[in-house]
Amino acid sequence: MKPFASSESSGQGKPPPPALRLSGGQSDKHSAFAEEAATHVEEQSLPSAPTAAAEILRAARQWRQQIREDIHEAVVEAIYADAARITERCVSTANRPARPTLDRAVDRVVTSRLWGFPIMLLLFAVLFWLTISGANVPSGLISSLLVETLHPWLREMTTSLGFPWWLRGVVVDGMYLATAWVVSVMLPPMAIFFPLFTLLEDLGYLPRVAFNLDRLFKHAGAHGKQAMTTMMGFGCNAAGVVATRIIDSPRERLIAILTNNFALCNGRWPTQFLIATVFLGALAPAHLASLTAAGAVTGVALLGVLLTFAVAWVLSRTVLRGEASAFSLELPPYRPPRILRTLYTSLIDRTLFVLWRAVVFALPAGAVIWLSANITLGGQSVAGHLIQWLDPIGVLIGLNGVILLAYVIAIPANEIVIPTVLMLTVLQTSATGVGAGAGVLFEMDSTEAVGNLLRAGGWTVLTAINLMLFSLLHNPCSTTLYTIYKETGSLKWTVVAALLPLCLGFLVTFSVAALWRM
Amino acid sequence: MSQPAPQPAAPTSDACAQCAVHRAARLRKLGLAIDHWDYLVALAGNPNTGKSTVFNALTGLRQHTGNWPGKTVTRAEGGFIYDERRFKLVDLPGTYSLLSTSLDEQVARDFILFGQPDVTVIVADATRLERNLNLALQVLEITPRVVVCLNLVDEARRHGITVDDRQLARDLGVPVVPTAARQGQGLPELLQAISEVASGRLATRPHRLAAEPPALKPALADLTARLQAAYPSLPNARWVAMRLLGGDSSIVEALRKGELGQLGQAEPPTSRPASRL
Repeated sequence: MKPFASSESSGQGKPPPPALRLSGGQSDKHSAFAEEAATHVEEQSLPSAPTAAAEILRAARQWRQQIREDIHEAVVEAIYADAARITERCVSTANRPARPTLDRAVDRVVTSRLWGFPIMLLLFAVLFWLTISGANVPSGLISSLLVETLHPWLREMTTSLGFPWWLRGVVVDGMYLATAWVVSVMLPPMAIFFPLFTLLEDLGYLPRVAFNLDRLFKHAGAHGKQAMTTMMGFGCNAAGVVATRIIDSPRERLIAILTNNFALCNGRWPTQFLIATVFLGALAPAHLASLTAAGAVTGVALLGVLLTFAVAWVLSRTVLRGEASAFSLELPPYRPPRILRTLYTSLIDRTLFVLWRAVVFALPAGAVIWLSANITLGGQSVAGHLIQWLDPIGVLIGLNGVILLAYVIAIPANEIVIPTVLMLTVLQTSATGVGAGAGVLFEMDSTEAVGNLLRAGGWTVLTAINLMLFSLLHNPCSTTLYTIYKETGSLKWTVVAALLPLCLGFLVTFSVAALWRM
Repeated sequence: MSQPAPQPAAPTSDACAQCAVHRAARLRKLGLAIDHWDYLVALAGNPNTGKSTVFNALTGLRQHTGNWPGKTVTRAEGGFIYDERRFKLVDLPGTYSLLSTSLDEQVARDFILFGQPDVTVIVADATRLERNLNLALQVLEITPRVVVCLNLVDEARRHGITVDDRQLARDLGVPVVPTAARQGQGLPELLQAISEVASGRLATRPHRLAAEPPALKPALADLTARLQAAYPSLPNARWVAMRLLGGDSSIVEALRKGELGQLGQAEPPTSRPASRL
């Protein structure tokens, strides 16, 4: 009747008492601390407090010192006794096993030590595979409509309306094209991925994932509830950072905030899906292509989770030292998801919301890219200068100047990395035959064409792998950073949150590049 | 659906107009349009009991609901009109207690204490009543204006659990409405109960903790008296006294800053004494 998952995770152990008891259980420490804190606040406040309040506080302190027994504990016990008494009078249970059949049977399997992890990996791999194999066709359709058909038409129309070339460039070749790319690259995978993920969520599977991961988090010195905030991070890191409020201990909460970025977010999934399809899927025979790509994406997501543990482990043994605290996690019953409702909310709330955010950031970014490609300094465009300047660093870590510049431009939103990379690559390879001038994307209606363009830009499988890794490991977007600042109230930890993954990213990509080139 | 125990006897004439189901037709969901309101309603409860589902059903909003505890960490707001009154509804984060220190629990507690809602609806999971009652009893210590929404009764029935909601209402001294919010069952009755407690047409007799440690009694009485003398209209002096004795530093802080004093003086326009039946 009380399906509690224990943080101690021994599985067979007796279920821990409910959450309230935990605060009672720690009452020695708790009330000693509370006493000290309260006294401190009272003393510090006495001169400035209104006299009535000061009087009451003084009386309270005297009473506290006079009553030796633990008041907090006593109150908690009184509440428990009454709750038990009332329940006894009001609740009747049928004379059969309290929690019948299916739920428990399913739980035995999906949270078992043997099967828990394989099932988890398999489920997520299937999720990614469905996304990748399902997104290709609609992506091509949207792209051929928005880029191949609508873009030339807009160019003609603006020309006939007498737009000067630079205005047409900024609006049609910069802002419109960047936005068209964002929509065609991001919409299909999101429209498949989010509803599926939401269905899993509605079903009640996520707490089971948290249960499975809890033991690992504990060993890493982090709070088991961090599994939940990591899950939120898979949607949006800013939301994941806010979700860490469910963690009471400031130390463990800070660890959860600092490592949330290792959960791939909305803005980064499309990059993973596209690059994996174009480069890694192409390595395998055609019928295994999407399976290979899905495997690669699962691998990167898994690496993110592993790094979460590793970084949490290091943090909890160095700057954020301490023991993992115990908690109780409720495994809710499985509930049949309401499919239509889920489709509706995940399309409206998540897909369109994220898409809208991407579009809002893509519009100015498109303009910036077009301008930087068309304003020349000393015979070369501004973008060209920047790319040339960043290229040595990029090559050192198995990427290139275009990708690094794209990540600088994409600080406000990860969503625009791919469109920026494509536009800059067109510029850099001066693919004038197909494009329509510097900084303009040409017509591409298939992922194959994207691959050809990128290969012309000097991309190899190494570039692809390292881009996927760098997409996982770089600074959070500015929204997330701002959220971290608001939640921690500390500039120092915000800077750490930005630099920690970035340094890790450079380290990992550099090592991979060095190994690859050996 | 049975009626909560402290329900006033309905006049037999024009039964239809008195029926909650009939009145529910007069529910208008306002979504986010809540500039001014007659009554402020808070939704509290353990994690994963369906607070957000109830919230969405009443406001017509589509706040994302998820089948996992800890989904709502901040509070969401919406509104509806019922019986020609405007209600503002605040969905609080799910908590097991109001006594500990995590941020989401503080959000919930501060709202119930300092936000002074006209009604606090406790959404309780019928399949795990005992644990849910722990929170309900704590809320009842803070405010008498409570409606218990006994949710997930369909799930409880499937598991062979029956909750005697009349007995529960008698024990808690507040209306108890059995619901299955996902299917929309019981919501008309819930609206009716909220409206009656909000307007003061229904006065509650909230449960008081029985087994208080004897050593606590004089201390509690003394501090409550002092608080009442200093802040005559403080609605929950007893609870504040209890927390002061427990050494709750955030309550000490509130007292010091004079926040409690303000609560006492600035009588919100909506809170009027409940008329006894």
